[in-house]
Amino acid sequence: MVLELQKPRPIWQIMFSTHHTDVGLLYLITSLAFLFLGGSLALAIRAELFLPGAQIIGDAMTYNRIFTVHGTTLIFLFILPFASSVGNYFVPIMVRYKDMAYPKLNAIAFWMIPPAGALIWLGFADFTWYATPPYSIISAPGPAADMWIFGLKILGISSVLGAINFVVTILKCKHPDMSIGQVPLLAWSFLSSSLIILVAIPTFAAALLMLLTDRLGVSGFFNPAMGGDPIAYAHLFWFTFHPEVYVLVIPAIGMMYEIIPRFSRKPIYSYNSGVFAFVLLSIVGFSSWAHHMYATGMSFTEKTVFMVGTLAAVPASAMHVFNFIATMWNGRIKFSTPMMWAVGGIALFFSAGAGGVANAAMPLDFTTHDTYWVVGHFHLFVMGTIAFGSIGYLYYMFPYVTGRMYNETMGKVHFIMSFVGTVLVFFTQHVLGLYGMPRRVFDYPPIPEWIAMNQISTVGAMIIGVSMAIFLANMIYSSGKGKLANTEDPFGLGGKYYYPFEAKNPSH
Amino acid sequence: MSGHSNWPEWIYVGVVVALMVWVGAEAWEAERLIEHVPEGAETIIVTGQQWFWTFEHEDGTKEIGELHVEVGKAYKFEIHSKDVNHSFNIHDYVVLMDAIPGRVNTVWFAPTEAATHDIQCREYCGLIHYNMRATLYVEAPSS
Ligand code: HEM
Ligand SMILES: [Cu+2]
Ligand SMILES: [Cu+2]
Repeated sequence: MVLELQKPRPIWQIMFSTHHTDVGLLYLITSLAFLFLGGSLALAIRAELFLPGAQIIGDAMTYNRIFTVHGTTLIFLFILPFASSVGNYFVPIMVRYKDMAYPKLNAIAFWMIPPAGALIWLGFADFTWYATPPYSIISAPGPAADMWIFGLKILGISSVLGAINFVVTILKCKHPDMSIGQVPLLAWSFLSSSLIILVAIPTFAAALLMLLTDRLGVSGFFNPAMGGDPIAYAHLFWFTFHPEVYVLVIPAIGMMYEIIPRFSRKPIYSYNSGVFAFVLLSIVGFSSWAHHMYATGMSFTEKTVFMVGTLAAVPASAMHVFNFIATMWNGRIKFSTPMMWAVGGIALFFSAGAGGVANAAMPLDFTTHDTYWVVGHFHLFVMGTIAFGSIGYLYYMFPYVTGRMYNETMGKVHFIMSFVGTVLVFFTQHVLGLYGMPRRVFDYPPIPEWIAMNQISTVGAMIIGVSMAIFLANMIYSSGKGKLANTEDPFGLGGKYYYPFEAKNPSH
Repeated sequence: MSGHSNWPEWIYVGVVVALMVWVGAEAWEAERLIEHVPEGAETIIVTGQQWFWTFEHEDGTKEIGELHVEVGKAYKFEIHSKDVNHSFNIHDYVVLMDAIPGRVNTVWFAPTEAATHDIQCREYCGLIHYNMRATLYVEAPSS
């Protein structure tokens, strides 16, 4: 048994606990709540775009607020807290330590998230998840915009505190008998993504403060009317957020590294290559931020540098795909629910990366930039890769967290519908981008191709919506009434495949 | 985990690197040609503001929401913004350049056929961003 199964306790005992599995549970529940909240906004967006003209959302302002909060929620309040949940549950166990290095700090980092989420949701800002000036300074209505800025500020601090904790737990608290080369890849993924956070976040933290003082009118860093430069903000923003996309994706890849070998009943093809690719990605990931800015009027040289930087990171992502396929090769694969999600996620990861390469090639980006192509591209990562890896991992850890099994049939139906839905939504959005439809639009002209693609995309989204309802029902029902799991080998894989690193929590 | 030889992965990484070099080289070459504004291109001053486009020709004539150009000529757009960021886009001609207050960006094109095309804003700029559109009329040469 890996996770200590605890008897049901009153909720406040969990809330005031600093034990890593309790904090992990709090992160888990919070992230899932925001998954459903943010997902509902996505369904509203898709319903609106089913046909030209106003459908269910009365006006453009509300629409703009909805997609802003949708994106902010799913990135910062679902993906990141979900990863923290998995990290909290598993990293201490994997490095054989009794808890996170700083348990109180860990609880504080979690408790910063609900107020930040409340600020973002109660404000409901409209300036997109990049809050680009000068719009965000001179045009975006307050107090929503200011609440968003404070919300992100808090989330940034929470991320940094969490990252410090992971780095110290892994490097300083790992069992003395264990070398860093024996730390499982999932823990390596947290080490890499935490180091990225520590280097990347301060830049945006500074930009947010400057944005706030600009809004207050006491400074003009990004306001051209006061001699400032909006492009400076774009650089600061993307210097943080291009690396941040790897912060989002690396833990999900780490989760797949737990699932794939186990359900293939084979060791990982190459542990070293996995570590190497994580470390490489965390370094090279810092050389590509301005690929988001080709159309801002950069010089040919600047564009070339950032294109090369972007393409240089591709082999590191591609190595993971190879490692997964080579691990599955000749394996005795068992397609239980977690494995289906992981394999589906890898397929979508590959497609997403291929689209990214097209964006990176600078002349092609003038076709794709700020169209629905880009929306399709990054959703194949955030939904197709990260959410798939995360949900797969959730099914995988379910028996260890609850002591019960989820319903396997419902899990598989959930996967199949979500996979089909994801392909329908986001592949068609790539095509829609090639037809020229801009992103972030409340309405669009009745061009027949645009209507057709939007309709397919909306149907796909509804399929995902239904599958998520099945998922929710499965989780709620099974955690209370599911059949008891055999926690020694819940998936019937044969014990020796279960935990290759013999990592047992000494305190349990 | 190791102990077996890893040559398939090295070959694979080599192939990916080669592909990236190829994509990069092609992109570099294409972009180098695209960046080069032809001699004698006529200048059109494009101004974006919430939520419409204004065009000013070399001879001083101004148009709002419409742009008339002739087949066979090359045009250089000088792109301005009066308020927030916008992005000037003629999708059919792959013309895309941000309009940023305090800066002048340039991009050029040479229409090849008489037709009408959509001009749109491709950078979020607020309430009516979705309808910040104009029409491009490419006409046969007048002379
Ligand atoms: C093979 C690796 C990747 C390449 C080559 C790549 C390339 C690019 C490029 C060039 C853009 C800019 C497109 C544009 O705005 O015109 C972009 C956008 C984006 N990418 Fe990637 N990308 C890769 C991986 C990822 C990963 C792993 C994520 C993880 C979440 C991600 C998330 C995003 C996001 C969120 C945006 C759009 C942000 C926005 O404009 O709102 N990408 N990508
Ligand atoms: Cu990027
Ligand atoms: Cu606009």
